[in-house]
Amino acid sequence: MTPVNPPDRINDFALKIATVNGTGSASANTLLMKSIFRSGIPVMGKNYFPSNIQGLPTWYEIRVSRDGYVARSGQVDLMVCMNAETYARDIREVASGGYVLYDSSWPRPALLQRGDVTVLGAPLARMCNENFDGVRTRILMKNICYAGVLAALLDLDLTRIRELLGQTYAKKPALIEANMRAIQLGYDYAKAHLPCPLPLRVAPMNETAGHLMIDGNTAAALGCVYAGATVAAWYPITPSTSLMDAFKSFADRVRVDQETGCANYAFIQAEDELAAIGMVLGANWNGARSFTSTSGPGLSLMNEFLGLAYYAEIPAVIFDVQRVGPSTGMPTRTQQCDLMEAAYASHGDTKHVCLYPANPEECFYMAVQAFDLAERLQTPVIVLLDLDIGMNDWMCRPLDWDDSYQPDRGKVLGREALENIPKFHRYIDPDEDGIPYRTFPGVHPKGAYFTRGSGHTELGTYTEDAAEYQKVIDRLTRKFETAKRYVPAAIVSGPGHAHGAIVSIGSCDGAVREALDVLALRGVQLDYLRVRGFPFGEDVEKFLAEHDLIYVVEQNRDAQLKSLLTLETRVEKAKLRSLLHYSGLPVSSAFIVDGVLADLAEDHRARAGALR
Amino acid sequence: MTFIPKPKVSHPGLPRNELGLTRRDYEGALSTLCAGCGHDSITAAITEACWGISLQPELLVKLSGIGCSSKTTAYFVNGSHGFNSVHGRMPSIATGANAANRELMYIGISGDGDSLSIGLGQFAHAIRRNLNMLYIIENNGVYGLTKGQFSASADMGSKAKKGEVNRQSPIDPVLLAMNLGAGFVARSFSGDKAQLVPLIQAGLRYPGFALIDVISPCVTFNDHEGSTRSYAFTREHYSAAIAADYVPRPAPITADYAEGERIFVELHDGNQVALRKLNADYDPTDAHAAYDHVQQRLAAGEFLTGLLHCRATEETEFHALNRTPEQPLNAVPFDKLCPKREGLSRLLARFA
Repeated sequence: MTPVNPPDRINDFALKIATVNGTGSASANTLLMKSIFRSGIPVMGKNYFPSNIQGLPTWYEIRVSRDGYVARSGQVDLMVCMNAETYARDIREVASGGYVLYDSSWPRPALLQRGDVTVLGAPLARMCNENFDGVRTRILMKNICYAGVLAALLDLDLTRIRELLGQTYAKKPALIEANMRAIQLGYDYAKAHLPCPLPLRVAPMNETAGHLMIDGNTAAALGCVYAGATVAAWYPITPSTSLMDAFKSFADRVRVDQETGCANYAFIQAEDELAAIGMVLGANWNGARSFTSTSGPGLSLMNEFLGLAYYAEIPAVIFDVQRVGPSTGMPTRTQQCDLMEAAYASHGDTKHVCLYPANPEECFYMAVQAFDLAERLQTPVIVLLDLDIGMNDWMCRPLDWDDSYQPDRGKVLGREALENIPKFHRYIDPDEDGIPYRTFPGVHPKGAYFTRGSGHTELGTYTEDAAEYQKVIDRLTRKFETAKRYVPAAIVSGPGHAHGAIVSIGSCDGAVREALDVLALRGVQLDYLRVRGFPFGEDVEKFLAEHDLIYVVEQNRDAQLKSLLTLETRVEKAKLRSLLHYSGLPVSSAFIVDGVLADLAEDHRARAGALR
Repeated sequence: MTFIPKPKVSHPGLPRNELGLTRRDYEGALSTLCAGCGHDSITAAITEACWGISLQPELLVKLSGIGCSSKTTAYFVNGSHGFNSVHGRMPSIATGANAANRELMYIGISGDGDSLSIGLGQFAHAIRRNLNMLYIIENNGVYGLTKGQFSASADMGSKAKKGEVNRQSPIDPVLLAMNLGAGFVARSFSGDKAQLVPLIQAGLRYPGFALIDVISPCVTFNDHEGSTRSYAFTREHYSAAIAADYVPRPAPITADYAEGERIFVELHDGNQVALRKLNADYDPTDAHAAYDHVQQRLAAGEFLTGLLHCRATEETEFHALNRTPEQPLNAVPFDKLCPKREGLSRLLARFA
């Protein structure tokens, strides 16, 4: 257990770097985070960037956590101020007793006004102007230079930084030298003029061996490659674009025949999301594993086709990397605001299978599972990531792959099976699990059927007959019941007998786990369940039934997970209390701790009041 | 889309094609469109065309959107998979389906509402992608299923049944397709089976995006005086620029055109489309000349019909640009798709 305020801050602090986007700070920040990671110390990095290419404020938060916590703590111990425009708010954000590092090429006496933080200056711009030529180079090197100052302040290993630079710029050796020179400038200056190392610093551990530093979009894309997806169709949208970029990059490496140059995949940039999902349906309908990635606005556009896929029973895999809504919202900030939309996308009675990964590791495995579920259940499966999981680098356990895996193509009748049956009917339910059999075009004339979104009978023919229509729509309800057995089980932890509990979802996981530890130290024991799939299974029902007071932690304004639980389980609504975080920043553990404690105190006061 | 199944009895003496199938084998469900609908004539032409080239029914995929036209995919070639998708979105379904299996033939049936209003974007981008499919627009200038609103192809001055006059300029799918670079662009009339059947056969075999805009009068909402899509108007303003004939090798269907009046356009499979020039200075392989010619005749109030433009576009065909293998993507063995455990460490090295 972590003491709340440990006397020493070795491997336990958060630093935040405020820069201007488009100035190369991303390289410096990645370099810092990765060098901490390579020192065997658990580390988290979160990028708060504008929806803009150059010139606007951007922040990068690095949390070093010897206990392996992966969420924001909610406090900043060291602020690196590289953007004069945001100096004032950045300095306000530093925790009492913390540090501010700034570019003292232009002294800012106003900075020194906060008496409870230590202000450290390094003349970064001046040093870079003296040592590098060209405006662009000087700006880029100024940012690398602060990494050098931080290396000295935090006691980072310079050889490790050199090694990382060597890997990053393997193809541009000239850059290694320039970057290392900038690092050294900052490092030497700090060693000579600043109190190195600070009490908050790093010391090598051995907690990251074999681990990866990877973002969820990349991991999900890798899952698509491993699942055997061959048709990728999409329309660019932040924050899902990097998923498709990663898929293409992986596929170019492993799917291109060295002899013929032929690519065993098709990568289609659609004209919009309406077309992207249409392509995915067309390909899946025709027997290829196909997927798309999008974000809220794109999912809105896909609604009509999702209804068709649900009703005509066409598999599809959709990755929704959620961003802040409504409307265009804040495209580069994170939220879990599409839970309801995904679950019930489209007009009419529709319900969709959803998966909720919490980290890149789950993104990889759930991507594979999504294709199996989509084909097994013959329905769209929506995998809900969010910007935090999708675009931030997470420390992640090593990924593994079982070579005995074979795709579950579900109930498909091939040539031989069709040869041996008298007649094929698309929507009958011979196995009584709600899942019919399907056929692919081009296989056998007996397999031909007509796919339509209009009313159809279980034989696949058009109908406007009440009973015939209802028979099919009722079977779809049974199929959704079957889906409960297939979606990944919830993850349950905690003492198991607590009266209260937390239920949460997706990227809240890290913050919830840390909050549970902190709450336990304060004498509040809670059980924890994280839903991982929709429809909710019996495990979720049971957990909800076993607890009297349940905090539902999620990242949207309208308590969408709570709504889903209320609508889709037998839980008594009054037992559920929302802790809602929807600012666009990833939820912090402090937010949850404070929320639970405040609510319990309120409860206590209410009870005391009632007794009077 | 019918409530009444067709009787399955067929005359034993019906002619059979190379596969031993009769025309009846290429029929579909009974049409529920209005009696006399131009679309039903097109359906008959498609049936005839598929029978004529001895198409294996299961190797055809029929796709459509929503509307009267889109219903017709149910009315031909019962032995083919059909997909009646959502309004204006057939091209995207076709794109995905074609990406998954390049070996099948894809025929999309759409209408002027489906392709030129709600689906204009997808129509345009299927052309840009040079998707290997035959795209037929059953063009009647009117919304039938919703009872008679103008469509985007309604001509200026055209009158609706209730007398309203269209004052918005029309979108002509033929000019649009040429503009977007389509390699096979034709126009015909639902009542001209002799012209339509070979065009369909050629379009099915064309290795790229093939458009046939078929003027197809709506007997219920657009066959009155003042309509520019009525039977009477169309017959009067019908101008066959070139007669097209599809000539499969080694057995030509017809040979009744005089040599010297034809030029041949070779298709990817060695089959040829024969074009009979009626107008000496008209060259259908020249996209710019064809565009100008069609536009001029349109301005003069004439629908130029026939194979208006045809050129080889194999190098930009969807699969060519995507470098996909000969083998359909849906048939590539999983072993070739999954990099296995061994590949994982290689792919993840950058993230360690």
